[in-house]
Amino acid sequence: MDVEILARIQFAFTVAFHYIYPPLSIGIGLIMVIMEGLYLKTGKKEYEVLTRFWLKIFAITFGIGVATGIIMEFEFGTNWAVYSRYVGDIFGSALAAEGLFAFGLESTFLGILIFGWNRVSPKVHFISAIGVFLGSMFSAIWIVVANSWQQTPAGYHIVGEGFNARAEVTDFWAMVFNPSSVDRIIHVWQGAFLAGAFLVLSVHAYYLLKGKYIEISKKAFKIALLVATIVSFTQLISGHSSADGVAENQPAKLAAMEGHYDKSAPADLYLFGWVDNESQKVTGLSIPGGLSFLVHQNFDAPITGLNAFPKEDRPGQINAVFQFYHIMIFIGLFLIALTFYASFLWWRGILFEKKWLLKIFAFSVILPQIANQVGWFTAEMGRQPWIVYGHLRTSEGFSQEVTANQIVFSLVLFTVVYALLLLLFLYSLNKKIKHGPYDEAEHQYEII
Amino acid sequence: METFLGIDYPTLWYLVVGLLFSGYAILEGFDYGAGAWHLFLRKDLSRRIAINAIGPLWDANQVWLIIGGGSLFAGFPVMYATMLSAMYIPFMIFLMLLVLRSAAIKFRSAEEMLWWRKTWDIIYFSSNTLIAFLLGVVLGNVLQGFEIHENFTYKGGIFFSFLNPYAVIVGFTTLSIFMTQGAIFLLLKTEGRLYARLSFLLKKGMIFFIVSFAVTSLYTLVFIHGVTDKFKEQPVFFILPLLAFLAVANVPRLVSKKKYAFAMVFSSLIMAFLLMLVAFQLYPVLLPSTIDPKFSVTIYNAASSQKSLGIMLTIVVIGAPLLTAYFLFLYKTFHGKVKLDDTSY
Repeated sequence: MDVEILARIQFAFTVAFHYIYPPLSIGIGLIMVIMEGLYLKTGKKEYEVLTRFWLKIFAITFGIGVATGIIMEFEFGTNWAVYSRYVGDIFGSALAAEGLFAFGLESTFLGILIFGWNRVSPKVHFISAIGVFLGSMFSAIWIVVANSWQQTPAGYHIVGEGFNARAEVTDFWAMVFNPSSVDRIIHVWQGAFLAGAFLVLSVHAYYLLKGKYIEISKKAFKIALLVATIVSFTQLISGHSSADGVAENQPAKLAAMEGHYDKSAPADLYLFGWVDNESQKVTGLSIPGGLSFLVHQNFDAPITGLNAFPKEDRPGQINAVFQFYHIMIFIGLFLIALTFYASFLWWRGILFEKKWLLKIFAFSVILPQIANQVGWFTAEMGRQPWIVYGHLRTSEGFSQEVTANQIVFSLVLFTVVYALLLLLFLYSLNKKIKHGPYDEAEHQYEII
Repeated sequence: METFLGIDYPTLWYLVVGLLFSGYAILEGFDYGAGAWHLFLRKDLSRRIAINAIGPLWDANQVWLIIGGGSLFAGFPVMYATMLSAMYIPFMIFLMLLVLRSAAIKFRSAEEMLWWRKTWDIIYFSSNTLIAFLLGVVLGNVLQGFEIHENFTYKGGIFFSFLNPYAVIVGFTTLSIFMTQGAIFLLLKTEGRLYARLSFLLKKGMIFFIVSFAVTSLYTLVFIHGVTDKFKEQPVFFILPLLAFLAVANVPRLVSKKKYAFAMVFSSLIMAFLLMLVAFQLYPVLLPSTIDPKFSVTIYNAASSQKSLGIMLTIVVIGAPLLTAYFLFLYKTFHGKVKLDDTSY
């Protein structure tokens, strides 16, 4: 295989693995802050137990998130040297802000959060929890800003030619608030909240089904359900707004997401389907003109299709983009239905009587994870063949001096170490769940 | 070119990068150094205490690596890209070791089984030792220069050329100064028999450091071309090696008086002075080309635009006091000897 493909595989693999953890940290962080806030407000022991329990799980996800994140920071330089020289001037300020404002905040307060229970007052501990949570949210901002700039560049000009060409900042705030930043930051945050909330829902649904830790599990389940219900719905709004932005700024990506080839015709909205790139046909079930309606509120409005772009400017894997996108949509809709139904039962006061519903929640933890992954795959594969949309091709961005053998070497290393890391993560997560929220000495507090 | 206090922006950013690298060396120096003593501590409890000595601090200390790397990407993207892609193999190994090290800290004490802890102890010890060594190796390579041709294209060795004699010597020196720093830090954090053991180990560490330091200094003066030129031009900077030498001499003196806090200050100063020495010697070059000096990566041909550097300097001016405040609060909270409790690793 050639260097470009290997570099892309390595990047996709390392970033996809990394992206299991930060969303969990952000999502668990939010729920942990709510739990600790309730503890401070009510003084109830249950909330302290819950906070301490989820903090332990938070510590693992955060730790692996940082460890795998450092690799991403340096992988730009090792594998994508040309790209790094091209975007350094733009990403520089975003990265500097990320490091100082976000990462500095979360990593210093993390120590106090995890080890400081006996060393600082409850209030200072709570402030540390907020600091870590906000830090992780800020991190997401700057990383998504950098990525969004690659999707929809703004506030820059290109200086130099050929090998020495690069993008330079002309307007910092236009760069930060480029056309896709805000939609995508909100969408990413919400995806993270869902990942965390559904882990909490899953664990406590499991306890409820096992008849263990019933009282505190009900409390935790309700907190997480409230978050999940609100966010799964608002996620639809930010998703729609994000897609509108794609329609405007990256028409080739939108066309790939729905398998729309006609240069300028009304586009259908597929519920599911299969795209054949050769015959340019999609086999599946669709709402005729549905995409036109979503974008222009008119079933007959034309949408720019893939054939409006020269072959070399279209995403390479149309069907993959289509499938990933539709998986994300399906999961999103399912999560809305699930959380709204559960909230309805909560309102009726019979939430915890439906065993089958709790079983679904116990398994649903995987769904936001899948949605987050395929959402990013849609965004990144849909951007191809560009690494910086409209300016630099992925095939021009990788390190010229790196050989295929070197990447194979590092890819093998990554695979081995990450497999070990995943096993350790699942093992210790499972162990902490099995052990339960109470430390041995405190078991007496549990009533049921 | 825009300036501030008469200093141009690339030079200012060079100072920022230097400051961040010094912070990284000093803070992660004691983390990695403490880890490099791990197998020299015999009892399981001693090893647990040693890990928990850095427990609440190491994640924060690692911020300096992340900001340091980020500052290079941000201010000197050409340097960042050229160095990392040329040093592909050592950096990949370095990154993997960082991951393994984090895993070892988190999971080592999670199980009681002897085989589990012993395996993680070995991983923890080797990753810390090799990380410290590799950092020195990379520095040694940068000092000698790379085979850089036109347009910053590297055409040197691919797999193991980074392990040349000079780089290996600098690697050992880095390891030894980190180990000295780490042992002093652990002495501040421990009591009783572990403390006694560590003060014995520290003496060995200092001998290891002084020998490596002497060898590196001699090798540099004899074999590294043009290393003294800068000092002949600006003799006032002879103060830097002099200060470094005084700091080196002062550490054993303070250790023998058991003034470990001051000893730590001076072993940190050793690193700061040595890095300043390197920075002064290289300036304005970041990465010398062994082919032709005109192909070298310098702070001027590697820098981001004036506009971008200006924005980043503003961010640093706002962010640095915040970060300092967080760190002061963190270190104040965990001041004193290690006490294990149910939140410990």
